[in-house]
Amino acid sequence: MDLFEGNFELKEIQKLEGHTDRVWNLAWNPATGISGIPAMLASCSGDKTVRIWQQNSFDTSWECKAVLDETHTRTVRSCAWSPCGKLLATASFDATTSIWANVGGDFECVSTLEGHENEVKSVSWNPAGSLLATCSRDKSVWIWEVLPGNECECLSILQGHTQDVKMVQWHPFLDLLFTCSYDNTIKIWAEDGDSDDWHCVQTLNEASNGHSSTVWALSFNAAGDRMVTCSDDLSLKIWESDPKATPPAEDGFTPWRHVSTLAGYHDRTIFSVHWSREGIIASGAADDAIRLFIRNEEGQHFKSLLMDAPFGAPVSEPSINSDSSCGSTCFCYYMYPISVDGPSYKLLLRKEKAHDMDVNAVQWSSQVSLNLGRDMLGIEVIPSLGDLGIEGTKLLASASDDGTIKIWELASVA
Amino acid sequence: MAQGLINANPVVYERKERRIRDPVVPADVDEYTADPIDQLEIFDHIRDIKDPEHPYSLEELKVVSEDAVEVNDKHSHVRVTFTPTVQHCSMATIIGLCLRVKLMRSLPPRYKVDIRVAPGTHATEAAVNKQLNDKERVAAALENPGLVDMVDQCLAPTYE
Repeated sequence: MDLFEGNFELKEIQKLEGHTDRVWNLAWNPATGISGIPAMLASCSGDKTVRIWQQNSFDTSWECKAVLDETHTRTVRSCAWSPCGKLLATASFDATTSIWANVGGDFECVSTLEGHENEVKSVSWNPAGSLLATCSRDKSVWIWEVLPGNECECLSILQGHTQDVKMVQWHPFLDLLFTCSYDNTIKIWAEDGDSDDWHCVQTLNEASNGHSSTVWALSFNAAGDRMVTCSDDLSLKIWESDPKATPPAEDGFTPWRHVSTLAGYHDRTIFSVHWSREGIIASGAADDAIRLFIRNEEGQHFKSLLMDAPFGAPVSEPSINSDSSCGSTCFCYYMYPISVDGPSYKLLLRKEKAHDMDVNAVQWSSQVSLNLGRDMLGIEVIPSLGDLGIEGTKLLASASDDGTIKIWELASVA
Repeated sequence: MAQGLINANPVVYERKERRIRDPVVPADVDEYTADPIDQLEIFDHIRDIKDPEHPYSLEELKVVSEDAVEVNDKHSHVRVTFTPTVQHCSMATIIGLCLRVKLMRSLPPRYKVDIRVAPGTHATEAAVNKQLNDKERVAAALENPGLVDMVDQCLAPTYE
């Protein structure tokens, strides 16, 4: 039943040490790791610094190239590269967000964004690199316009969350902003025409099969039509925006809906989730483990039923799905129609003790890709390492309370 | 704290007699020792924490007891369930924070610590529990000098 079980492993390539406190977050520079440009990674920490790590082109080992200190006076919680990879934004508990420019290998703080009342928790660039979003414990989300000379101007202050906002994340190619919070909800924000005014277009809460505790992070699939969220309620949830299933509103916005819940896999809070371009979801949790999940269209109806059961209201009217070919397990469709079109996801592997302490961040490198094939059943299959070619190494970076960052390779077991 | 104590007249209980354990000094736990960390050892770490507004220890106020400590050394997990002196005690978060900080400083880093209010003993139980177990908010709180001073005062050793 488990097609891939035991076939893959996360191989530790290198442990990056240098931070003197917990590492909260990391970010791959999107303009590196291609065309002979050495891959670059930023990490931020409770030690108030940001470190820039770069892969050595000779032996591919990683080393610390720069330490960005003496700017933030408290924990640096989050960091994000601009889409062009030239600017790095860092969000700090000192209530400010800094923008750093790479000037010939040296990083200079070129702008400081002030306005939040207290800790800034997250920062994200829109796909064009023209807008920046920040969020804070003060419950607000700010949208900033990046002007020439790297000056930033606040365009809009979004109020709506009733608690601490944990993460802001722009959609991969639309100017839609997604935020998640201690208030257990995910909110989606869009611009009103050309008025520079932003408003909440959708709230995904417990009533929409959402989370029952703090939502820590979210990530999109490559196509941008699915999103995964992770929570203190120990579950991952998959959401979909499909114009065929949910007609778009007048303004063209296609609402998101819950399609799947991955519960029972995590023992403690899930702090981080990241969806790779190839469709592999990585999660980092407070149980020190990293888990990888993959969509599984085969034989999982029953499992999906179990996972969705608490949320799917039983129906008295049988609803038969014509696409179904699941045989005896069709029973589940009668009881829980919610799982009919919900794709199911399965655990690909679990790396216990990935770190000595909580895993705060997991992130796939964006550049190096392995092409997923499809087998005869139409199920996505990861090629073996031999098929990948020289450049076909898939790297995952993780950051932990233990003060280290680890670089992992998803490798097939011989 | 000159006026309006949250609980002006708390009931003070006898301290439990201390069992003498040798040769391990509880304040100086050697993580390489083969002795697993047990309930009493955890309790010894937290029993003398002082109440934020009274000159009594958490043990004397029955905020913590040995029974309130659950520990699984093999899984590196501790759960402390504390009982605020009154239902609406606004000091509950500070007390919980003190418990967390003390255990953070005393236990090997592999330990996962959960702190919670005893079920039914606090008006905003869920909110207090959620905050105490949000490590990001705990980290932010511990960068607040005023709060750290308060915690450190509660954790300061008592000489008898």
